[in-house]
Formats: sequence, structure tokens, C-alpha cells
Amino acid sequence: MDSNTIWGNVKSFFAEVGDMAYFAGRFFIEVFKSPFEFRELLRQCYNMGNRSLLLVSVTGFILGLVFTLQSRPTLMEFGAESWMPSMVSISIVREIGPVIIALICAGRIGSGIGAELGSMRVTEQIDAMEVSGTNPFKYLVVTRIVATTLMLPLLILIGDAIALFGSAIIENLKGEVSFLLYFNQVFDALTFADVIPATIKSFFFGFAIGLVGCYKGYYCSKGTVGVGEASNAAVVYTSMLLFVIDFIAVFAADIFYG
Amino acid sequence: MEDLKNIEPILEIKDLKKSFAGNAVLNGFNLKLFEGENLVVMGKSGSGKSVMIKCLVGLLQADSGIIRIKDQDIEVLGRAELDLLRTHIGFLFQGSALYDSMTVRENLEFPLRRHKKKLKLNESTESLVQEALRNVGLEHTIDLMPSELSGGMQRRVALARALILKPEIILYDEPTTGLDPITSKEIIELMRNIQHTYNTSSLIITHDVDCARVISNRMILLVDGINYMQGTFEELSNSKDPKVQAFFKN
Repeated sequence: MDSNTIWGNVKSFFAEVGDMAYFAGRFFIEVFKSPFEFRELLRQCYNMGNRSLLLVSVTGFILGLVFTLQSRPTLMEFGAESWMPSMVSISIVREIGPVIIALICAGRIGSGIGAELGSMRVTEQIDAMEVSGTNPFKYLVVTRIVATTLMLPLLILIGDAIALFGSAIIENLKGEVSFLLYFNQVFDALTFADVIPATIKSFFFGFAIGLVGCYKGYYCSKGTVGVGEASNAAVVYTSMLLFVIDFIAVFAADIFYG
Repeated sequence: MEDLKNIEPILEIKDLKKSFAGNAVLNGFNLKLFEGENLVVMGKSGSGKSVMIKCLVGLLQADSGIIRIKDQDIEVLGRAELDLLRTHIGFLFQGSALYDSMTVRENLEFPLRRHKKKLKLNESTESLVQEALRNVGLEHTIDLMPSELSGGMQRRVALARALILKPEIILYDEPTTGLDPITSKEIIELMRNIQHTYNTSSLIITHDVDCARVISNRMILLVDGINYMQGTFEELSNSKDPKVQAFFKN
């Protein structure tokens, strides 16, 4: 790869970052302007929340099971099995739960938004909305970004709870720890310093999933190939962005709660 | 049609220019559409017909030129004013552009959500939807999804949606493209009926000579981004100009 190609790639990367920042800015302007599309917002919240619930539940449950099964032998080696509920709960609530569930949602919700809006763009449905006197940015983009921002913390909360339930089942079967004792230890171990930063960052995760999916879909071109690309790019870009947000969130939490 | 020179046009384009990446598509295009008239703009694929019609409704921003609709210059209108102006214009898209996640009923109700009161349409939403569907002969499809309709039926539902706000101007972007000859004839007949029923002014973008012959009061030939020639269908079809003849010889 010659230097011109590298320079071209760097330029197009920053141009895309700039476009996305402009798109985000437009979102913040439009979100506070009337008319508000409450019905569409509720429909999107229902679609995203309800339709992702099973996937998030299954993922959370298996996450809890596997994490506990994998950690048990190591903790037993040091005679520290009694730390299992604390370790699992802090790991899941602080980090693993939000990141894994956000990644799952990036695949489930982000790609769906990218494909749906992309398909609407190439079949002129967005143009049809515009000429019928409806602002498609408000109707399609604002509602979807708000819905993902609101729904993701809820999905993460549910996923975390189910993961802890999965972990408690393994502890109950393998370590003969009662559910009551397990959850007593979980709530003893968890503090606001664990829950609040995780909840705040999950709002940002939701915002990122909605923003990138909408951006890629809304500006989709090149026909059906473009729709596939938009859907794919929504997942790839969101996944990268989630890790960047996670790093910043952990860094900030360390400063405030360190 | 009576002498048009002294009548104010309902829609006017003056010296419209638009280029993409330095490639000029429209190079000073002019057009006047008068009340109750069917004006056909013909041109080859890629001649800028669709770009022109998209500039007209503000979907694309022109590089220069004036677009006036109902005495309003669309370039200086704010978002809300432009949205209100757009309610006076029905737009039939080339690919129908029905919202595929909504039923036919929801597709037709969509433009009414925000503008029914503003336009002082007193009838109920249900009766407006029923009336629009009746006018295109598709009342029975009201609860179907667009994917359950044939191409011709989709085009007719799209036409019903374009008519739901009772617009004064209808823009047709290639209304018969992609349809078989029989369905094309049905759509053309429907356009004629609608013109009589709603007394609309229509701007029709097409390269379908049959469509132009049946429906046009006047025609403009768009070549290389300018009005190459204009007149009635007979005048243009009898022209000896080779570029004009190229459209009619088949």
C-alpha cells in the first residue's frame, strides 16, 4: 500500500467521522423540536425491546452459567469459592454484561436499522416521506436513536439479572449454595460505584448503536449492494465504537469512583 | 388549451442548473406549467429528467436558477413552509415507493397525520382513504401489505397516496416504467381520469411515447440539460430534427 492510498484512507476516515458528528449534531437539534413522533417512538421501543428480549435473556443466562463454570476451578484452587458471587456479580454488572449485551444488540438492532433505512433510501421511501411533508429525519432517525438509547440500559439490566440467575444455578448445583445466600452475597458486594457507571455507559452504548445504524442506513447508496454494506458497516463500526466508549467510561469511572 | 402567454403559471422553472462532481446534468432548463394542463417532459435516460423533478420538490438543491411553485420561491422557504407547500403537490415515484412496513391503509393515512387539519379537509381519515382508493379502483386492497400487490397495483396505490391531500399539482416520475403494455395503458387512463376528477395540473416525466401521445397537452424535449424543443405532441412528432425524430421513430 503506497503513501497516497494510506493518506486517502486516513482522509476518508476523518471525513466519515466528521459526517457522523454532523449527523449526531442534527439529531440533538431535531430531538427537541416539535412535532414529536411519540407513536413511532413507542413502536420502535416495543420492537427493539420486545424483539431483543429473548436473545438477550438466552445470552445472559449462558454467560452466567459459563462464567461461573469456568471460574470455579481456579477459585477452588485458592480456596476462594465463597468469593464467587461477589466476583461474578461485579464482573457481570460492571463490564461483561453491558459489553456482551451491547455487542449482541449491535448485531441484532444496529444491523436491522442499517438494513431497514438503507432499503427505504434506495427504494425512494425516504424521499416519498419527505415530499409528503413529513421530516424523515425526525420520523425515522430521531425515534430510532432515542429508542435504542432508552431500551439498551433496560435490556442490559435484564441480561445482567438473568446472568446472575444462571450463575446462581451453577453455584446451587455444584457448590450447594442456596439462592438466598447467593443473592445476599451479590447485593453485599455490589455498590453504587458498580451500578451507576455501568448504567450510564449503557445509555451511551444504546446511543452509539442507534446513531451508527441510522447514519449508515440513511446515507445508503449503490442499490441493494449498498443495503448489505450499510447493514454490515453498522455492526462493524458500532462494535468498534462500543469498545472506545467502554474504555472512556472505565477511565472516567476510575477518576470519579477510583 | 387557450393562449397561455398571458396566464400566470402554477409552477415555473427558470434557468435551472445542476451538476454532479463537475458533470453538468441540467444546463439552464426552463419550464412553465399552467393550471389544468398536462405537460410532458421527455428525454433519454440520464438526461436529467428525474434530477429536475427532484429539484422541483426540494429533494435536491439546484446549483442555480429559480423554482417558483404557487408564487413561492422554494429556495428561500424554511422547512415548515416547504412542507406545507409540498402538501399541494402529489408525487408519483418511479418505483412507487410505498412504505413496505405499512399496510395500504397506513400508507394512505401517513400524509394525513400532520396535514389534514392544516388543509382543512373535513372528511374523516377513513373516508379520505376510501375515496382515494376508490378513485384508483383498489378498495379491496386496503388491509394488504405492499408486497402482496402486483407492480401495477402498487403504482395505483402510490397514485392514491399522492392524491390523498387533494393536491393541485401532480408530478409523475416515469409512471409507466417497468409495467407491461396493458397495465401501462390502465395507468395512463387512470391519470387522465384523475386529471378530470381532481382538476390537477400534471408534470409528467417519461420516455414512453404512447404515454406522451395520450396524455400531453404540451411537451418539452430535454436534451443535454436544456429545452431542446417544445410544442404539442403532433408538432414534435412531425419535426424533421434528427434528435427529436430519434424519440418517435419507433
